[in-house]
Amino acid sequence: MEVNRSSVSVGTRVMAKRRRTRTFRRLLPVYLFILPGMALFLLWTLYPMLDALVMSFFQWNPNPAATSPFNGLGNYTQALSDPIFWRAFSNVLSYTVITVAGQMALGLAVALLLNRKLFARGLFRALFYLPVVTSWVVVSIAFAFLFSSPFGPVDWFFGDVLHLIPDTQIWLGSTTLALPTLMILGVWKGIGWNMVIFLAGLQSIPAELYEAARVDGANSWILFRYITLPLLRPVITFATVILTMGGFGTFIPMFVLTQGGPLHSTETLLTYAYTNAFQEFNFGYAAAITYIFAIFVFLLAIVQIRVMQRKVEY
Amino acid sequence: MIITTKVPERREILKLRLWHVVRGSLLYLLIIAGALLMLIPFAYMLGISLSPNTYILQAPSSLIPTHPTLENYVNAWNENSFGLSFLNSVIVACGATFLNVLLASMLAFAFARYHFPGRNILFYGMLATMTVPTIVLIIPQFVLASRLGLTNNRFGLILVYAAGMAFGVYLLRGFFEEIPQELFDAAAIDGGGIFRSFWSIALPLARPALAAVIIFSFAASWEEFTWAITSTNDASLYTLPVAIQQYYSVHATDWGIVFAASVLAALPEIAVFLIFQRYFVSGIRAGGVKG
Repeated sequence: MEVNRSSVSVGTRVMAKRRRTRTFRRLLPVYLFILPGMALFLLWTLYPMLDALVMSFFQWNPNPAATSPFNGLGNYTQALSDPIFWRAFSNVLSYTVITVAGQMALGLAVALLLNRKLFARGLFRALFYLPVVTSWVVVSIAFAFLFSSPFGPVDWFFGDVLHLIPDTQIWLGSTTLALPTLMILGVWKGIGWNMVIFLAGLQSIPAELYEAARVDGANSWILFRYITLPLLRPVITFATVILTMGGFGTFIPMFVLTQGGPLHSTETLLTYAYTNAFQEFNFGYAAAITYIFAIFVFLLAIVQIRVMQRKVEY
Repeated sequence: MIITTKVPERREILKLRLWHVVRGSLLYLLIIAGALLMLIPFAYMLGISLSPNTYILQAPSSLIPTHPTLENYVNAWNENSFGLSFLNSVIVACGATFLNVLLASMLAFAFARYHFPGRNILFYGMLATMTVPTIVLIIPQFVLASRLGLTNNRFGLILVYAAGMAFGVYLLRGFFEEIPQELFDAAAIDGGGIFRSFWSIALPLARPALAAVIIFSFAASWEEFTWAITSTNDASLYTLPVAIQQYYSVHATDWGIVFAASVLAALPEIAVFLIFQRYFVSGIRAGGVKG
């Protein structure tokens, strides 16, 4: 019995070992195959993320020879009691809310118009998409010119032609108008992306639904309100989540056009973190700000998906 | 089924038709107006880049230069080493795209066709990092790059751009999953390993998805600004976005040259988009909105 059992267990152990080596032999090429890509990804994405987390608990010194005193949650509490942090937070929040709503509404409108059979429809779609495939730096500089004063086209049109604003209105240098100007840029750049997303969504709605409703005497508004909008819901959810992350992550136009100014009126969490890191060399504080920011964006995305994916009741 | 709509009279039909035509043309005008609004910034950019510098401050009302000249383009290319920046951008964008697409498709292939411990954690972990805005990573990436001596270095740019592969992996994995297993079985009988299945079966079949990923990857590297300006301060290593921004921040009102350089920087990407339009659309759709 004893002998027998132990020999059985030895046998299974050997077999298990053999199986394991066989599995290992079979899987080794697969692991080797993903190694280069995984290594690159881990080194430049995951490792920096963890490194920033560690950094955020220290008064981190960029000089490797110097010591970095441990700061506990100090950087986080400092952020939460920093008025500029909250200013930046409210700026990026209003920037995101307004640009997301604006570009989605206009993108949907354009998609509805360009979903019908039209002369030169493809050309129009390409034109609306053009800002999407032009870099942020280039479009930001174009807007710097458009909104420059006193000789910029916007000043000229609304001031000298329509007389709606003073002859020389300062835009990007004004504490009240700089952020709205950046919002206009954000909406303008995003319309094309929304158009493409919504066109895809519209084309997936079966035409029979509209025909049936029309036979029942529904007008265009009813069709839009009770067929198009509810059936676009997944697309709207997708776009809202992606655009919200994009809105919060907007950095280049602020960096190029206003550097967060004047007087922090266009400061966002990212410009504030960037300045703290690369001008003040407060890497620990900057890392804490980006972590608060990243966690907020992540939670917001989850909430959005939860809320918007609730089943539609008819 | 009996259709119970009453037959409209002739006059009513005519009225309806007329209304249709009026409404159609109004909507068409709306589209044209919208498209023009979208184009205004580009029109000014192009118009001013083609105008002599003295013209700019005089007439924001007229978009079409009266005396078109290429002098701004020549100056931008020669005097401000935009030629060198253009070359840097080409090297970095091509290098990053090659590395990014090759490694992303290898990962996607393994994730799609092989079962191995850790597969799901690696794949979904990778996807989860997509929710983190890339700029959040800039600070620790800069610290890492300076430790490795990769700041002020084209290779440092290439590596960081290539590492942003989550979206490509996601897109290609979906594509690789749909290839019928029989195609791979045949290769396995011939004694081919994972690399052969990948290289001679999966990759050729995934050409449309690859095209989309290549274009996205190229566009992203071509226009990337934040990492480039953070990690380089040697003007001879600037990529185009950095060179333009630097020139703009120093000579803000020299719009002719700034816009000539901007047009040069924007053209390749816009050209790629116009040539491969359908891949852009399919890429975006596969990215989230299915069907």
